[in-house]
Amino acid sequence: MAGNSSNEQPKLTAKDFESDQDVRWCPGCGDYAILKQVQKILPDLGVPRENFVFISGIGCSSRFPYYVNTYGFHTLHGRAPAIATGLKLARPELSVWIVTGDGDGLSIGGNHLIHILRRNLDVNLLLFNNRIYGLTKGQYSPTSEEGKVTKSTPLGSVDFPFKPLALALGAEAGFVARSVDVEAKHLQETIRRAHAHRGASFVEILQNCNIFNDGAFAEVTEKEIKADHQLVVEHGKPMLFGKQRDRGIRLNGFRPEVIKVDASNEREILIHDETNPVVASMLAHMQPPEFPTPIGVIYAVDRPVYEEAVHRQIESAIKQRGNGDLAKLLGSGDVWTVQ
Amino acid sequence: MAESNPRVANEKPVKELETVVIRFAGDSGDGMQVTGMQFTNASALAGNDISTLPDFPAEIRAPAGTLAGVSGYQLNFSQREVFTPGDTPDVLVAMNPAALKANIEDLEPNGILILDKEGFNEQNLKKADYATNPLSDGSLDKYQLFTIDVSKLTTLALADLGLSNKQVLRCKNFFALGIVTWMYQRPTEPTLKFIAARFKKDPVLVEANTRAFKAGLHFGETSELFVEQYEVKPASIPPGTYRNITGNTALAVGLVAAARRAGLPLFLGSYPITPASDILHELSGYKQFGVITFQAEDEISGVGAAVGAAFGGALAVTTTSGPGIDLKAETVGLAAKVELPLIICDIQRGGPSTGLPTKTEQADLLAAIYGRHGEAPVPVIAAATPADCFDCALEAARIAIKYMTPVFLLSDGYLANGAEPWLVESVDDLPDLQVEFRTEPKGYFPYLREPETLSRPWVRPGTPGLEHRIGGLETENTTGNISYAPANHEQMVRLRAKKVAGIAREIPPTRVDGPPTGRVLVLGWGSTYGPIVAAVKQLQAEGQAVAHAHLRYVNPLPPDLGEILARYEKVLIPEMNMGQLLQLVRAQHLTPAIGFNKIQGRPFKVVEIVNRVKKLLDGSTSEGID
Repeated sequence: MAGNSSNEQPKLTAKDFESDQDVRWCPGCGDYAILKQVQKILPDLGVPRENFVFISGIGCSSRFPYYVNTYGFHTLHGRAPAIATGLKLARPELSVWIVTGDGDGLSIGGNHLIHILRRNLDVNLLLFNNRIYGLTKGQYSPTSEEGKVTKSTPLGSVDFPFKPLALALGAEAGFVARSVDVEAKHLQETIRRAHAHRGASFVEILQNCNIFNDGAFAEVTEKEIKADHQLVVEHGKPMLFGKQRDRGIRLNGFRPEVIKVDASNEREILIHDETNPVVASMLAHMQPPEFPTPIGVIYAVDRPVYEEAVHRQIESAIKQRGNGDLAKLLGSGDVWTVQ
Repeated sequence: MAESNPRVANEKPVKELETVVIRFAGDSGDGMQVTGMQFTNASALAGNDISTLPDFPAEIRAPAGTLAGVSGYQLNFSQREVFTPGDTPDVLVAMNPAALKANIEDLEPNGILILDKEGFNEQNLKKADYATNPLSDGSLDKYQLFTIDVSKLTTLALADLGLSNKQVLRCKNFFALGIVTWMYQRPTEPTLKFIAARFKKDPVLVEANTRAFKAGLHFGETSELFVEQYEVKPASIPPGTYRNITGNTALAVGLVAAARRAGLPLFLGSYPITPASDILHELSGYKQFGVITFQAEDEISGVGAAVGAAFGGALAVTTTSGPGIDLKAETVGLAAKVELPLIICDIQRGGPSTGLPTKTEQADLLAAIYGRHGEAPVPVIAAATPADCFDCALEAARIAIKYMTPVFLLSDGYLANGAEPWLVESVDDLPDLQVEFRTEPKGYFPYLREPETLSRPWVRPGTPGLEHRIGGLETENTTGNISYAPANHEQMVRLRAKKVAGIAREIPPTRVDGPPTGRVLVLGWGSTYGPIVAAVKQLQAEGQAVAHAHLRYVNPLPPDLGEILARYEKVLIPEMNMGQLLQLVRAQHLTPAIGFNKIQGRPFKVVEIVNRVKKLLDGSTSEGID
């Protein structure tokens, strides 16, 4: 577990995690809500403030570290996972967070993203998915829906979009979750779970870009209708949704389907098992209009943590061969003495 | 050096030689590299000065018997100081027609040519495009030709061991090694020890290779073919412990030493690439030194992880070759902007693009100095010899830490795989690079600059009260806050440039070998050192007023360079590129230096430089190899 709690210091508050920099996102941006929830939970995680490091790439989401009063590094477009990997390997005791977006993480940085998940470093990745390029002013992104009309696709995009959760699962992520910028409590809880998980934790946060892609997730955020379009999954609980929680997910053969729940079929409703990769994959592929949008912890299993394995090898080498002796190293190999 | 060979091999007359250049050539699966290295070790133990150069194809196993698959290893051993693996071999050992064809042009007339007779069968001759058999068509008459049944004799020697034909033939390189070991009276003990260690898991193979080696020795001694033996007496080498070391090993060990002297963990982020991969391999074996090696998913991640580790307070390194340098450029620019220490080792190879992966070149100099967008100055140093890679690793670390900057360390394929004796340095003599991280919150700002070096404080995350953010966006000096202010940007650009330029203060006086004034100064950088030294020594011995200066610091250039250049009538800059240092020197010193450029994936020959300087003395200004 990253960091140690320190009992002597006064308890920090969200305020202590606000930096002195003006937040410069557009008014109404979903990023504000995410920043606020993160700042709220950081004091509770039992990690001294100086042990938090936020690392980001490039894009609107990647301005995040400037606004959090911890250590932070605003790096290069797509490269945050690479830089975080080096930091975490060198300093396993730090609590390392990666903040990225759908362009940064899934397009230019796709390679680093899949490999940090595969290796399973103990880091937390928050991917703000607004399905658009914001900072470059409105081009389609790798999560934009097909046919998206943007500045760079006046006749509609012909790209097929990624499903971030499915991608993360395909990359062997041990923790995959989804939440929503405006679902304060759910977001907090999801990020807490991500932090508590040992290994790479991938959280897709559906985030509204009110300038270039307003309402992209309106179905799951609008008060009146969201209950009919969100499927909040919890481990061990049935997959029910709807205002009256009268609809649910059932398997028809190997395919999920939405059914109206009644006494006759309520036992057929699928129970979420976050340790089951098949269930996780099914949820990751479920999307509107056929299905509600699943949110919550989709998948969580323990796998060996990369940096721990690396340091175990180092420790065992030191144990077996003794702490490296530089003089001996210099004088090894094909050596001879001239008198 | 005591002769450890118990047999008194004095039955044939012994001719004393000052220097011998020998080249072993065969299929890339024939074990020529091992043969060459063993002969090298034996020569080092015999007290000779040595210099070696392996030459292998990019293909791991090109079709057997073809020209594309020829692998070679050249050794220069001498009773005087040597600086290069030798221009042309005096002795060529060729295991098949392709190896002969690829190398015979380099052999001196009357040179010793040792061939494996069975290798010259119809099939192999065809593969090497020989219309007639060179063994019988008279084309080899100008050499001292020794055609030996290497394969057959090896097979006979191993007859009762129950090995397959293929296994038997894999031992024939040791038979060949046995012959030349006898011929040059090398000690046999190192090779016997090597065989025992290399094949220790399979006693039959120990026996087989030992027998093949001894059969070769005995063949030399008893065969009527050879009428004399040769002796190369020990060189007069300063006393001490020596290690035969390649550039890549020296670099790896130098990095470990630098980390120890700095009191930092060593972190390597790297992606496999020829000819740099051996540094990754070497360092991954030093876990007992706390070395963390990270084989990344790509070149960008390799350097990115190194930057992350540097942020975390490690001595961070990335190793690569040309194509990787292109990919790392953006991240190096980030390191320059956020002012974190980072060592980028570029083991140059022939370019552009994939180019000549296993061949040497010096064409990344300007890429290292200028190859980033924006004004992103980075200091660049270059190693001159394989052993110099050790000192350069320490120096790169020193500059990186002291100035909080990325540093390029340039080596190349020639240095990486070439080897020379290195007088093993004592740990106490190594520079003290001890790092003190800032921990004092009072008065701290991320870009508060140290007045002399202009470097900013290095703070490890985890330090209470010093929480701060860095990033690629332009920042206000001192505070490190994001700033787009016009005047601040200019100030920051100038400060970063001044910081790097200021490193010149510490560059020691440039050594000039030769007369303080004269007709020609030969100016070099990097791995041209060996051939230039040898050439200039030869010219000086002939009474010419020719001097040599060699640059380790290529960015910034040494402050005394202009004054040195002015003392000579002409300045000649040999480079394995189109004239990159030449451009820098002309631009920065307005001096009409003359380039001498070889772009063949091979180092300069001594004679090429000698001839070029002679022409210059006669007034010619041609820039290429004639």
